[in-house]
Amino acid sequence: MVSAKRIYSDFKVYSRGYLRNKFGLFFGLIFPVILIMIFGAIFSGGGSGTINVYAQNQDAGLEVSGQVLNYSTQYLEAINFTGTLKVITVDNSLNFTEYMSKNSIENGLIVPEDFTASYVMHQPVNVTVYTNPSGSTGGTVLGIVGAINNQFNLGAFNGTTIISTTQETVGAQESYIDFLVPGLIGFAILVNPMFSLVEISSIYKKNKLFKQLSLTPLTKMEWLIAKILWYIVLSSASFLLMAAVGIALFGANITLTVWLIPFLFLGPMLFASLGMLVGTITNLLRLPGVIGNAVTFPMMFLSGTFFPIAFMPEYLQTFAHVLPLFYVVEGLNNVMVYQNYMGAAVDLAVIGVITLVIFVLAVKLFKWRED
Amino acid sequence: MLPIEVSQLRKNYGDLKAVDGISFTVKEGEVFGLLGPNGAGKTTTIEIMEGLRERDGGDVKVLGLDPWKKGYELHKKIGVIPQEFTFFEKTTPREAIIYYADLFNIKVDPDQILKDVLLEESTKTYFDELSGGQKRKTGLALSLVNSPELLFLDEPTTGLDPNARRAIWEVIRNLKAKGKTIILTTHYLDEAQQLSDRVAIMDHGHIVAMGTTSEIIQKHGSGERLTIQGTQKLADYIKTNTELQVDYDKTRGEIVIPLQKKIDALAGLAAAEQSGLEWGQIQTRQDSLDDVFVKLVSEPAGEQGEMAVEQKPKKKGLF
Ligand SMILES: Nc1ncnc2c1ncn2[C@@H]1O[C@H](COP(=O)(O)OP(=O)(O)O)[C@@H](O)[C@H]1O
Ligand SMILES: [Mg+2]
Repeated sequence: MVSAKRIYSDFKVYSRGYLRNKFGLFFGLIFPVILIMIFGAIFSGGGSGTINVYAQNQDAGLEVSGQVLNYSTQYLEAINFTGTLKVITVDNSLNFTEYMSKNSIENGLIVPEDFTASYVMHQPVNVTVYTNPSGSTGGTVLGIVGAINNQFNLGAFNGTTIISTTQETVGAQESYIDFLVPGLIGFAILVNPMFSLVEISSIYKKNKLFKQLSLTPLTKMEWLIAKILWYIVLSSASFLLMAAVGIALFGANITLTVWLIPFLFLGPMLFASLGMLVGTITNLLRLPGVIGNAVTFPMMFLSGTFFPIAFMPEYLQTFAHVLPLFYVVEGLNNVMVYQNYMGAAVDLAVIGVITLVIFVLAVKLFKWRED
Repeated sequence: MLPIEVSQLRKNYGDLKAVDGISFTVKEGEVFGLLGPNGAGKTTTIEIMEGLRERDGGDVKVLGLDPWKKGYELHKKIGVIPQEFTFFEKTTPREAIIYYADLFNIKVDPDQILKDVLLEESTKTYFDELSGGQKRKTGLALSLVNSPELLFLDEPTTGLDPNARRAIWEVIRNLKAKGKTIILTTHYLDEAQQLSDRVAIMDHGHIVAMGTTSEIIQKHGSGERLTIQGTQKLADYIKTNTELQVDYDKTRGEIVIPLQKKIDALAGLAAAEQSGLEWGQIQTRQDSLDDVFVKLVSEPAGEQGEMAVEQKPKKKGLF
C-alpha cells in the first residue's frame, strides 16, 4: 500500500525546494547554530567579573562560657571580600551536591560542622571545594580559597596548617553550555518541522496544492512520511553542526552515542505530525492562524531548551511535563550530559507513544479533498 | 458507455444551491464547454466530476466510475487542471513532470510533453518565476503525464494576455485532434465558441441552454433582422407602405425590421427609398452567442467587463 518509490520522489521534490529557498535554509540550519554562539558567548564568559560560589555553611559554632563563637561566617565573609568570588549561601536543609547538579552550578564550597570547634582547638579541618573541570573558573576559586585558608592559618597559629582544602569535582555536566547544546537541538527539532507543517497545511489548502496532489497516486500518509524524512535529515544536519560548534567553540562536554539516533528520528516525526495536526484542526474549525504559535511558543521556552527547567517556578515545572518537547530535551540531556540511559529509555518510550498517537491522528484528520 | 454521464446533480453550500439539478452527457472525443459567469457553479460541477468534491444529490459517472467513491482509481485515468493552477514554487516544469511520472510509476519523455504544451523554452525556470501562461502550460503538461483520454480544464485561460490565451487554445486544439475528450469551463464566450463542440450555458446552478453554438443561437436567439438608420417618420412610412413588422429603437435611432424571408429586406429598403426621407447605414444581423448569453444569463456576474468577447458581433452587409 505505502510505496517507498512515491515517498522518495516526493522527498526529492520537497527537499530540493527547501534547499533552493535560502530563507528556509537559514532558519532551518544556520539560525540554531547562531543561537548556540550567542548563548554560549553570553553564559560561558570566562574570567571577567565576579565568580559565583555556592556555599553551604554546616558549621555548628562553639559555645564558650555562654558565648557562641562562629568563625565560619568570618571565613565566608573573607572569601566574599576578595571581590573576585561572590558567596551565595545555600540552605543547610538541601542536599548540596544534588542542588548543584540540578542547578548546573559550577563552583561550590562546604564548610564542615566542626569548623569553629576545630579551629579553636587547633585541630585540622577541611573545607570542600567543588569545581567543574570543564569550566573556566575552577582554578580561580581554588586559588582564592587556598589564599584565604593561608590567611586564617597564618593570622591565628603562626603558619600551622589547620584549615585545608579538599578538592571535589562536580560532574562535567555542570557547565551551562553542556545543557545548551541538547536544549537547542531540541529547539531545532521542534521549530523546523512544526512551523513548516503548520504553514504548509494552510498554504497548500489555500492554493489547492492538496487537491492537486490528490489527483496523483501519492497518498497523504506517503506525503507526510516524506516530510518527516526531510526533517529527520535537516534535524540531523542541524544536530551535527550545533554539537560541533558547542564542542569546538565552547568546550561543551557532551556524549555522542547511538542513543541519539532514536531521538533524531522520533523528534522530527513527532513535531511534523503535530504541526500537521494543529494546522488541520485550525483549518477545520476555521480558527485564526496564530493557534500554531500558541502551541509552539510555550513548548519552545518551557521545555528546558534555553535553560534547565529547575530554574523555573514549581508550577511551570509541572506544566513542562505535559509538553512533548520536554521529553525530547530531557532525553537528550540524559544521553548527552548524564549518560543516564535508563532515563533516556523512559523518555523514548513516552515520545514513542505520543508520536504514534499524533501521527495517526494527523493522517486520519487531514483531507486532500473537500466534501 | 459515455465518458461522462451526469443526471440531476445537486450541490449545496449551506443555503446556497450552487448546483441545482443539472444533467448532461459528454461523448468520446468531444470538447464540451461549461460556459457561465462567475459563481454559476462551473467549478463545483467540474470538481464533482473530478472526484474532488462530494455531491449532495444526483448521479455522476465518469468513465463508468463514481468519482467520489472511486477517486483514487479514477485519478489514474484522467487529467485535470484546477482553476488557478499552482505548483511547488521552487520546482521547474521539467522536474514537475518527472515527479508526476514517478508518482504514476510510468516512463515519460519530459521533453516531448514540454513540446506538446509549447513550453520548451522555460524548462529550467522555477515555477514561481514563470509567466501566467507558462504556469498554465505547466498545469497542462502535468495533466498529460498519465496519458489520459479524458481531460478537465477549469478556466484554462482566465487572466492571461491574448497571446498566451491563443497559445493555450492551440494546445487544446491539438489535444482534441488527438481524439481526447475534454471538459472545459470558461466565462469567455469566444473561448467556448472557438474550442467546444457543444456548450452548456450555466447560471445560478442551472443549465439554461445546451447544444452546439448555432443550435443555441437558433433556439434562444431572435431571427435575422434588417436595421436602417433613420427617423421615426421613416419608420412610420415603411410601416404604412409595406406588410412588414417595423419597430423603432429611439435610443439608437434605428429602424428594426424582423425578417421572415430574406427578400423582405428588399421591400423594406424599397419603401425607404420611395419615402424620399434621409436614411443612413443599413445592415442585417442575427443574434450572436453573446446576445443570447446576455438574454439567458440573468445578472452577468456583476462585473460586466468579465464577460469580455474578443471579436465584435458578426455583421453582414447586405449589398
Ligand atoms: N467551498 C465552498 N463553500 C461555500 N461556497 C462555495 C464553495 N465553493 C463555491 N461556493 C459558492 O458556490 C457558488 C458557485 O461557485 P463555483 O462553482 O466556484 O462557480 P464558478 O466556477 O462558476 O465561478 C458561488 O456562489 C460560490 O461562492
Ligand atoms: Mg470557477
